[in-house]
Amino acid sequence: MRLTCPLCGDRDRREFYYLGHETWLDRPAADAPPEAWDAYLHLRDNPCGPTRDLWQHEAGCGAWLVVSRDTATHEIASVELAR
Amino acid sequence: MRFNILEIVRQGLSGNSGWGPHWRSPDPKPEYDVVIVGGGGHGLATAFYLAKEHGITNVALLEKGYLGGGNVGRNTTIVRANYMLPGNSEFYSHSLKLWEGMEQELNYNAMMSQRGIYNLFHSDGQRDAYARRGNQMISQGDDAELLDRAAVRRRLPFLDHDNARFPVIGALYHGRGGTARHDAVAWGYARGADRRGVDLIQNCEVIGIDIEGGRVRGVQTTRGAIRAKKVALVTAGRSSQTAAMAGLRLPIESHVLQAFVSEGLKPLIDCVVTFGMGHFYISQSDKGGLVFGGDLDFYASYAARGNLPMAEHVMEAGMALMPMIGQARVLRSWGGIMDMTPDGSPIIDKTDIRGLYLDCGWCYGGFKAVPGSGFSLAHLVATDRHHAPAARFRLDRFARGAVIDEEATGSQHNLH
Amino acid sequence: MRVPGYGLIDRDAPLKFRFDNDWVKGYAGDTVASALLAQGTRLMGRSFKYHRPRGPLTADSAEPNALITTHDGARRIPNVRATVQPAIHGLRTRSQNAWPSLGLDVLEVNDLAAPFLGAGFYYKTFMWPPKAWEKLYEPLIRRAAGLGALSGDPDPWRQEKAFAHCDLLVVGGGPAGLMAAREAAEAGADVILADEDEILGGRLTREAEAVDGRPGHAWAAETVAALRAMGVRVMPRTTVTGAYDGGTYGALERVSHHLADPHPDLPRDCFWRIAAKSCVLAAGALERHIAFPMNDRPGIMLGSAVRAYLRRWGVAPGHRIAIFTTSDDGHRTAADLRAAGIEVPAVIDPREDAPEGAIRGEVVGTSGRLGLTRIEIRPSGGGRRWIECDALAVSGGWNPTLHLTCHLGARPVWDETLATFVPRDGAVPGMTVAGAAAGLFSTAQALESGREAAQAALARIGRQHASTALPKADATPPRQIAPLDVRGPKGTRHRAWLDFQNDVTVKDVRQAAQENYASVEHMKRYTTQGMATDQGKTSNVAALAVLADATGRGIPETGTTTFRPPFSPVPISAMGAGATGAGFAPERLTTSDPAMRARGAPMIETGLWYRPGWFPQGDEDWRAACSREAAMVRTTVGVADVSTLGKIDIQGPGAAALLDFVYANSFSTLKEGRVRYGLMLREDGHVMDDGTTARLGPQHYVMTTTTAAADQVMRHLEFVTQCLRPDLDVALISTTEQWAQFSVAGPRARETVQSIVAEPVTDETFPFMACGPVTVAGTPGRLFRISFSGEHAYEIAVPSRYGAHLWRDLLARAEALGGGPYGMEALNVLRIEKGFITHSEITGRVTAFDIGMDRMISERKDCIGKAASRRPALLENREEMVGLRSLGGAPITAGAHLYREGDRPDAPNDQGYVTSPCWSPALGAHIALGFLRNGRSRHGEVVRMVDRVRGHQTRVEIVDPVQFDPKGGRARG
Repeated sequence: MRLTCPLCGDRDRREFYYLGHETWLDRPAADAPPEAWDAYLHLRDNPCGPTRDLWQHEAGCGAWLVVSRDTATHEIASVELAR
Repeated sequence: MRFNILEIVRQGLSGNSGWGPHWRSPDPKPEYDVVIVGGGGHGLATAFYLAKEHGITNVALLEKGYLGGGNVGRNTTIVRANYMLPGNSEFYSHSLKLWEGMEQELNYNAMMSQRGIYNLFHSDGQRDAYARRGNQMISQGDDAELLDRAAVRRRLPFLDHDNARFPVIGALYHGRGGTARHDAVAWGYARGADRRGVDLIQNCEVIGIDIEGGRVRGVQTTRGAIRAKKVALVTAGRSSQTAAMAGLRLPIESHVLQAFVSEGLKPLIDCVVTFGMGHFYISQSDKGGLVFGGDLDFYASYAARGNLPMAEHVMEAGMALMPMIGQARVLRSWGGIMDMTPDGSPIIDKTDIRGLYLDCGWCYGGFKAVPGSGFSLAHLVATDRHHAPAARFRLDRFARGAVIDEEATGSQHNLH
Repeated sequence: MRVPGYGLIDRDAPLKFRFDNDWVKGYAGDTVASALLAQGTRLMGRSFKYHRPRGPLTADSAEPNALITTHDGARRIPNVRATVQPAIHGLRTRSQNAWPSLGLDVLEVNDLAAPFLGAGFYYKTFMWPPKAWEKLYEPLIRRAAGLGALSGDPDPWRQEKAFAHCDLLVVGGGPAGLMAAREAAEAGADVILADEDEILGGRLTREAEAVDGRPGHAWAAETVAALRAMGVRVMPRTTVTGAYDGGTYGALERVSHHLADPHPDLPRDCFWRIAAKSCVLAAGALERHIAFPMNDRPGIMLGSAVRAYLRRWGVAPGHRIAIFTTSDDGHRTAADLRAAGIEVPAVIDPREDAPEGAIRGEVVGTSGRLGLTRIEIRPSGGGRRWIECDALAVSGGWNPTLHLTCHLGARPVWDETLATFVPRDGAVPGMTVAGAAAGLFSTAQALESGREAAQAALARIGRQHASTALPKADATPPRQIAPLDVRGPKGTRHRAWLDFQNDVTVKDVRQAAQENYASVEHMKRYTTQGMATDQGKTSNVAALAVLADATGRGIPETGTTTFRPPFSPVPISAMGAGATGAGFAPERLTTSDPAMRARGAPMIETGLWYRPGWFPQGDEDWRAACSREAAMVRTTVGVADVSTLGKIDIQGPGAAALLDFVYANSFSTLKEGRVRYGLMLREDGHVMDDGTTARLGPQHYVMTTTTAAADQVMRHLEFVTQCLRPDLDVALISTTEQWAQFSVAGPRARETVQSIVAEPVTDETFPFMACGPVTVAGTPGRLFRISFSGEHAYEIAVPSRYGAHLWRDLLARAEALGGGPYGMEALNVLRIEKGFITHSEITGRVTAFDIGMDRMISERKDCIGKAASRRPALLENREEMVGLRSLGGAPITAGAHLYREGDRPDAPNDQGYVTSPCWSPALGAHIALGFLRNGRSRHGEVVRMVDRVRGHQTRVEIVDPVQFDPKGGRARG
């Protein structure tokens, strides 16, 4: 498996750390209700098919990336900087 | 037909033409008391115990592919009850006791072999954590033995004890742990459930769940609608998809776990060994293949296959721990889809929809749980009360903070 | 029997190797199997279950029968395919899975019991009496099972791994692969061409096949030379073992298997990770056997193998070779053999359109216990008769070698015309299949499809090329029919083998269907069909045909099982190369490491770093050394290397806000030149890590993490700054390895530090929890007045290049004052006495509430983990951190559990557990930290500590975690 880091180019999967679904970007407000925090921390759509998830080019530039990817085929559609 | 040596001789002498089917292939009826969705180990065990323990036999088990085609047929076959935390500890303890009587109960040889499990440790800190775990196991009524360096050296002479990177300083030994022939467990439960009247329906995919007024009414399948008073979703690997049909969103992310088997070799490793520093574990099957595995590939996946970095890491760990296996050749590798939960522990629970039950989130520990999960889920479905050993496996424990986090890694699904 | 004038072997280079007790003569270029066949040896192995005598079925890596063991002692290698292993001078080879000898194997008795050992018999028996499975039956089965044996010694072979990158990977060097490589190379592409064999050319090296009017092997050799000249990386003896995501392929290069005396630096294998922008799969095809009664005797082999032995190695595998074929290729075998002067007594072909000269009919029986002596045929006209022969060449049609196309999950497609499975289009992104692997079985088709595949690959990577000319070659593909299942005469109990190694017969597959193991996966698992070392390469399609027939379904409906990596088995040592000894994980060493080791300190691993356990003096054991060092710190001064703690430099206008956000407590309020203890939570409300953070300037902080969590914390901060708080203008960098840092602790710490630091170090300039730049022995450094021991203490940091010097210097100064170095054990004692936590306490399951720090979670700001830490189950009836003190003088042990006095020590009564115990020299007592249910309200209570895995128990008193100097005056004074 290979990912194209927008900063570093085409690299082997072993340079990257995986966090999880891009849900992690949508941190609830401090005063959000417990349900919002439960959804943020635990609940996932967990699609079998296209998804967007968070990786870090940990052994490279350190950038956090949003990868558009298919969980059924491992095909990678795009890699963008997470921001 | 009862299986025994006399029957084998009788059939052998008559050209083996008299063996009947181990289970029927019935067409679905329009209605059942209970529909179990998923014909893996857990679903089949649930069907068996519903019939045997609760006398509920008007049951259909619906499987989209073939029986035992999921993780029960693609795992590293390890059976154990060596958990540290309340919740897991009593559940797996109960499950192991069921394993111990399973073959007689099913009249099917699943080759359960309590060959013993060694969890190696390499530092004082790991030893202390294993001591805490071993003490929990014993206080739960299971067996555990804390072995020092000399004892491990004596019992497992083939390890690289003085490994320059991670020398072995001891092990936690769990003698009642071991291995079983994975497919046979599924087939044994299938045959047992079928003989008690459960309809095992293969190639029947559930495509919808009928819910009216907050109550489940049945399922839509590729072989038509089936009405049911109660529906249990036992579809680890596809839990999020089946639950979504009922409008539920689960605390699950699916990940791939690879495992490996070598070519057949004469007996070499007569136990299960785990190497925590390398996330590596190994045993040898009765056919002679070394069966081993490691950690998740770590990215969400339904592809049931992995990639080289983790495969190589597993081989590296094997070479670090026991360099005698170097010239064994990897014959096959495969990947299973793991329901990873945010605390690494499973879910056996009712839902807000009356009559709809969930059994999922087994992470990569589902095989040893097969009998326990089937027993506890059958209890829940039959009585609507949680079976005591599985009472902590609630769906709302994440929201409440009552997590059971053996790996102590928190709410990141892939770290468990 | 050698055939003069045939073969690509070097007859001027004779050699000898041993097989069991015999010396076998061969030539350079031989395989073990070709040399054995040349001297008339057909028996080379025994099957797995029935121990049937077996000879080679193939001349390639799919071989299921001729598995041998090579080399002696620790270098022993089991399960080597004799059909692939090069014959090298002096090689020791042995048969396996037979006792006492290959010719006379006691376990052949299993064959007599075969009627009782059919499919799945073991699931139905060995259950009585219940205990006997583990005690009796299973040990017997295990002993009988398995193929070859490992030596049991550490594997001494040198192995390697490597990465490679290319525009185009061509898998297979037959006509299709060579043509593809040439087309791409001429277009200027960077090409790797990998082939399993030593000599490239594929079937061209094994057939009478002309290309451009020359012998095929000569054309192949010229093409390979041309490719090399164009810069193509030609990799013979290299099997591409797996297709993975993103154009990554695994490949095993057998670097020195063919060398009698390899250079000691050469690895045996090299496992390649090839990142290819594009791939052409030109792996050829594997011939099918035919299921007919007693089709497994030594001397029965595939027709393609017979031709290969003749053409490639100049060997006739028999004197009278009969032929049974369902494909045109059988007739090719006949012609080839006859041209070489070998007697072909009969060609049997059941097809209605069997060519002239063939006997229309089937083979329905064979005989010859250790080698074929005759076959029984049943001509279509009726009757049966025996034909004398010592070999039978069987051609059941070809299966494309499409395994790699299945590795990403695609299933092959049944092609009714070709009567075989062909690859699914687009099965592997970036891969095009060419030649026989695509079901194009003639040489001309192979050449043309190779060129087309290369053009497709070039187009994918944006290169163009005018096609090179196609060489002329035979354009007639062999016709073949679907797998045949030949029934024996009525009343006979003959078996027809499908999976040779695992002894799966037609009858087993039919029985599986009868028992309703009717899905192809059930059949495979129930009978073990296709689970042998060849992964069903020689048997799966035939078995499917039998299952399809038994269940009344067609082959397409029956479907196939899938092929998984590796294509052919890979040594664990190759994929795991480099990991033995210290190679498994990197070693991180501090600047003082050599000096600490020189003092005899045992080094303990923590998060890849090595840290000293203690510094023994004389014949001290660890306890004595640890107590001495702890007492030394409490009375004079101790020096410890704390460089392994993670250090993160944080700068920018947003630095303070970032720290407020990632720490439970506030850091924006921290004054410049001061240090504060910080507690960091995970977003799920549990403690992630702790440490001190110093404010060096208005926008400049240095964070310290624990050794083990340094990577995790750095990653977390990167996530927070990039993803959650992009509003903050802040930059981070890990400086763990840039600074060497030493703790100087004890009543005489200031004296020690002052002696080496230029600036005045007083309670005014450096009060407790102060920090600042200093000049250390003339070098800019940093001084922090912080304490993890409860003593008056400092941490002094200099750039790493001065670390070794500063360690020596500090130590000399400390020793002059009666102090010295202290290790992790003493550090641990000192912190337990003070109730300071490490990851023994903050395990990841512990909250701020549990360790009594919930009030640190600031009410005035949001922070990571704040919301989730308020979940109800995290706030009530928790196991809270307490101090423990042993009553009665017995030690407290880590991992022991706590119970109320009088309760049975059973799980339901569990009250808590011990995390960090020690003997406290300062208190003269065995003390510990631990967790106890609602423990903070139970100080003074006596509980029972039970450690059943160590057979130890004692009574302990619950006390405050801070057991030494509870007011903290020593650190401040």
